[in-house]
Amino acid sequence: MTIHIIFWLLLFTPFVGCIALAVVEKPTFGTVLNLCFAGIGFILTIALIVKFWQQSLDPSVVPSVFSATYFFARQHFFIDGLNLLFLLLVTFISTTTAWFSRFFMLQNLRERRITLRRLKLYHLLYQAFLGAMMLALFANNLGVMWVAIEGATLTTVLLISLYRTPEAIEAAWKYFILCIVGIALALFGTVLVYFAAQMLLSSHEAILWSEMVRYAANFNPSITAIAFIFIFVGYGTKVGLVPLHNWLPDAYSESPGPVSALLAGLLLNVALYCLLRFKIIVDLVNGNVLNQNHLVQYLFFGFGLFSFVFASIAMHQQNNIKRLFSYSSIQHLGFITFALGLGTHEAAQAALLYLFVHALVKSAVFTNVGNIMHLTHTQNMSKTHGLMQRCPKLAWLLLLSTLSIAGLPLSGIFTAELLTLLITFQLYPWLVLVLGCGVVIGLAGLLRNVQPMIFGVATVSDAVAVTEGPVRFSMAPTVIHLVVALILGIYLPPFAAAWLAHAARIIVN
Amino acid sequence: MLVNLELLFAALILLTAYMLLIQRRLGAMIYTFMWQSLLLAGTTLIEAIIKHEFALYFSVFLVVVFKVIFIPYFLLRLNEELGDGSKVQYPPAALVARPFLLSLIAVAVVLFSYHLLLPLHHLFLTMINGNVLAMALAVVLLGILLMITHRKAISHALGFMMIENGIFFAALIATSGMPMVVELGVAFDVLVAVILFGVSFFHISSNIDSLDVDCLNRLRE
Repeated sequence: MTIHIIFWLLLFTPFVGCIALAVVEKPTFGTVLNLCFAGIGFILTIALIVKFWQQSLDPSVVPSVFSATYFFARQHFFIDGLNLLFLLLVTFISTTTAWFSRFFMLQNLRERRITLRRLKLYHLLYQAFLGAMMLALFANNLGVMWVAIEGATLTTVLLISLYRTPEAIEAAWKYFILCIVGIALALFGTVLVYFAAQMLLSSHEAILWSEMVRYAANFNPSITAIAFIFIFVGYGTKVGLVPLHNWLPDAYSESPGPVSALLAGLLLNVALYCLLRFKIIVDLVNGNVLNQNHLVQYLFFGFGLFSFVFASIAMHQQNNIKRLFSYSSIQHLGFITFALGLGTHEAAQAALLYLFVHALVKSAVFTNVGNIMHLTHTQNMSKTHGLMQRCPKLAWLLLLSTLSIAGLPLSGIFTAELLTLLITFQLYPWLVLVLGCGVVIGLAGLLRNVQPMIFGVATVSDAVAVTEGPVRFSMAPTVIHLVVALILGIYLPPFAAAWLAHAARIIVN
Repeated sequence: MLVNLELLFAALILLTAYMLLIQRRLGAMIYTFMWQSLLLAGTTLIEAIIKHEFALYFSVFLVVVFKVIFIPYFLLRLNEELGDGSKVQYPPAALVARPFLLSLIAVAVVLFSYHLLLPLHHLFLTMINGNVLAMALAVVLLGILLMITHRKAISHALGFMMIENGIFFAALIATSGMPMVVELGVAFDVLVAVILFGVSFFHISSNIDSLDVDCLNRLRE
């Protein structure tokens, strides 16, 4: 199978799945079909990766990083080391979440929290969201990338308000308005970048990222600077950087369990990927308007640091377990953005590892929280105590995933944070104090809220215990993610390290 | 002559943006938006004639069908079925109730967008295009101001459409329109967004029985 066939199969799978799931009537068959389509995507991704590396690892064939790319559809789509990394993450998390959603959604159907029609809508939107993410990752045409991200935003609005409670509707409205305005600003920025490129290239080529990168050194610096600010605000809203993050806690806390896992693991990362693509272009522009050579770095650096500190402190005020972990997401994404803003090759490698492991652990956390909610039927942490007595397996998973996400040693997040701190120490030694304090404050915020849930004694005011335990295999996604994150934290296989280095070269050089 | 007509249309687009900001009756706002889209279609037609680009004629068709005919009709129907503008009483301190102050802020926004983009006018073939790009950015920023100040949910939809108008205008002036694939994709996305707006209005209205977004206040820190 050539790489072209695999690519087109992969791109069409979610859309075929969308149509198929709109037609299927029986709920159990629908959930299995959802899982199948997600799984096919994952297998095709593995095949694509194997083919890509077979043909690209020969150093004599690949003179520079940018030529290790494959183009499709007259250069409108492409794959290279960077978007393959994100693609692997997207398809893996979507498959394990589809596995979890099988049990979760059937349980919801039995409890009558959703109707059969809404379950069909959910599956349809799940595949459509996946398709939009893949389109965004593969797009070389920056306009198509924008269209895909906007499509992903639109599909998730109805996913968030799936339960149709007043809180869910409000959360979906807030998400819709904030993200749509942000994305519109990102479109304005894309138009300005296209304008800057069109002065040097023909109008058909000027919208392609690969062509822009070749001529970026001669772009007009003022226009590119203004364009990047709009793009940063726009895509930064979807990444969850702090003044623009208001949709995040609400959307995470009111959406169903699998949707929270998807939003946490996929959407933030793909938005960051889009921001990275623009960062690569703007970094190459020569010029010194607005001190433009460092504009990108200062923006990433400043907003990342601010998000990190703000979220660490905000975690202490939360009562709702999903909001707590959503602020943890904001904190970690802030740290990753900060690491990308440092500008060195090693920092980019650490940031990519951090991103990968964070997505895995965060999805594990949210799938586990979904399972716990089956037991307790509440998200309020002050009404849940003594999980260790009621259901030890879930309690252990909660403990391990919280320690993982907080960055304790033996987790991949600890490794990535340590690497970033070491690099920061070489460049800005005083910042290590701020970052270290932020990490500790975040850890304190998480443990202070989660520990009474696990180890306390069940009190009278607790939510009523439901004796039905979790279905045996619905804990599998959590366990798998945590194990992979553990392995990546202790021993990074040489293949993975080489891949990260390759992707980091694309970002920084 | 055509260039002067284009400049007139651009100025009128900015005027309709300002009018959309000051008005409070939803029916009048939707008609103003329709006029704005019609002027935008006119500008696109003039550009198509001047630059002899076939793709722009298709863009004119898209703008007329979606933004002049379908979306205002859709919003008017929604307004009839759901919107009860009389139920929303703005307190006297709200910006919408103080049109003079709101006008000053709008003027400040337009001045800011000129300040940002006018120094780049040397990049265009004529001074007019530099002028008009600043107007387009002003329309985008006024759209955001509209979304901030108005409380009715339908005016949020109108604010978003005004932002999209401004972006389309900017793309037209700066680059003679985006490539056709992107134009179609953006038009499709905007259409789906407006339909989703309609669905959200139904959800909100069936839950809290009014379309005043200040009533959506359960999720607070």
